[in-house]
Amino acid sequence: MTEKKSLKVSVYGPMVFLILGLSTIIFPLYMTVMIAFKQPSEMTNSISGILSLPKTWSLSNFREAMVVTDFWRSLGNSLLITAVTVALSLALHSLMGYALGRNKAHSKFYSFVYLFIVSGMFVPFAILMMPLAKQTAELHLANWAGVIILYVVFYMPMNILLYSGYLVNIPIALEEAARVDGASTWTTYWKIIFPIMKPMHATVAVLTALAVWNDVMTPLVIMAGSGKNTLPLAQLNFQSQFGTNYNLAFASYLLSLIPILIFYVICQKQILNGVVNGAVK
Amino acid sequence: MKNDRQRTFLMITIPILALFICFNTIPLIRGVIYSFTNFKGFGSYSWVGIRNYIDLFSDGRVGKSYLFTFKLAIVTTIVVNVLSLVLALALNSKIRAKSFFRGAYFLPNILGALVVGYIFNYFFTYILPAVAEMMGMNSTSILSDPKSAWIGIVVVCAWQAIAMNTIIYISGLQTVPEDVYEAGGLDGATGWKQFKYLTFPLIIPFFSINMVLCVKNFLMVFDQIMALTKGGPAQSTESVSYLIYNNGMSGGQFGFQSANAVVFFILIVCVSVAQMKFANSKEEQL
Repeated sequence: MTEKKSLKVSVYGPMVFLILGLSTIIFPLYMTVMIAFKQPSEMTNSISGILSLPKTWSLSNFREAMVVTDFWRSLGNSLLITAVTVALSLALHSLMGYALGRNKAHSKFYSFVYLFIVSGMFVPFAILMMPLAKQTAELHLANWAGVIILYVVFYMPMNILLYSGYLVNIPIALEEAARVDGASTWTTYWKIIFPIMKPMHATVAVLTALAVWNDVMTPLVIMAGSGKNTLPLAQLNFQSQFGTNYNLAFASYLLSLIPILIFYVICQKQILNGVVNGAVK
Repeated sequence: MKNDRQRTFLMITIPILALFICFNTIPLIRGVIYSFTNFKGFGSYSWVGIRNYIDLFSDGRVGKSYLFTFKLAIVTTIVVNVLSLVLALALNSKIRAKSFFRGAYFLPNILGALVVGYIFNYFFTYILPAVAEMMGMNSTSILSDPKSAWIGIVVVCAWQAIAMNTIIYISGLQTVPEDVYEAGGLDGATGWKQFKYLTFPLIIPFFSINMVLCVKNFLMVFDQIMALTKGGPAQSTESVSYLIYNNGMSGGQFGFQSANAVVFFILIVCVSVAQMKFANSKEEQL
């Protein structure tokens, strides 16, 4: 009898706790949706005025927010920067991870390069940002292309660590067999090694995409004078224009969250796996 | 054939290494060089030796920002790790709709910190004071009081970071084999005892990962400050990154803040290395 009771507690206890905890996640999102759909006149000073359902579900706030923040262009910039960064990361970081991973055990040069790049993980952006702002301006890279180059460099330490770690599990015999058949190292890499590293590509793609998509600081420092925005940068730059029209502001917040929410709903499993792999390895 | 292999490796390594040096090592060195000048960010400048470094240690605003940043990092790390461990234990127990809960609890982590900050800014400014007023308490926003504004930043940082740490703890808990609990149960290890003597020692590597991740991320906090307080009120929530950005990029303190950034960099390396040393020694004891 007591055993049954304690079993019940051990099942329902966590369940109740989890459902209560979930409210702390849902509440800010609920608040965002409610305010985004309301008109300023509905926002009386009491909480119920803010949190009740809107009288009519109108999209007018969203239409206006799209114009104010130049939503489609910012979205396009964000998509472009994220997609190109991820593609370059998969190509360049995996190549570098391969070259370093295969040689660092027996070559002083490669093991030095490996340590040199991986220790770049400890360099905070704070120390790089002022010199980089100068340097990108000098090189005429104070634009989205410069931002992409910087991302490829910033995420290199982490991604190389991941790739060369994964490479340990891939037997070198595979490459030797291909070499006997007369394939060059370059061909062997793209035909055999690159496809085998697919699980690691997924991890790297997820981690890089999330980090790039949500990053504010790099575009803020590098692209500030270019008149172009990424999605987060547009929020920052137009924040003052919303004034006290919180409905417009929240419509804009919600708009900027929607793309990543859609991505999360579709690829939730890959994202969770990717994040765990990246952290634990 | 051997030559082809070595040549290919070199042809891969050298251009990518050059790219890395160009946009990571060189700016780092330039940052160190600027730290010995009185550069304003434009115009001419001259060498000032180590004066920036001496000034750093007597600058009240800089000292305050370090105190705030470390206070934030330590408090948030503790809050986040305690809550994530509890959540991970709950999410790893025998519950229904496990994957739904896991997916939902991870959601905050994928959202952009800046927009999350703006949403919470509204919550702290309008919703929370109204609730406090209804309960007959002080109804000013916690963000407008220099004594309590940092708590708002802790809450927002934690809201997002808990998701990440929980997922890592869950993958740690999954590495604990079921028979450890069964054997422990025979020896009377249940509940808190089970956690203290069995579960926790076995997931220490994951605890170390979370500590390193948390401390490093929170020391570099920027977006949340930008969205919630912009360093205010009365400069009570200026993180080191925010101060370097604000005064270095547009405040004419390029040289001085470069020195600040160099000190910050050395501190981050020291903290990370110390944490890893400590984690390794803990793991060896097991």
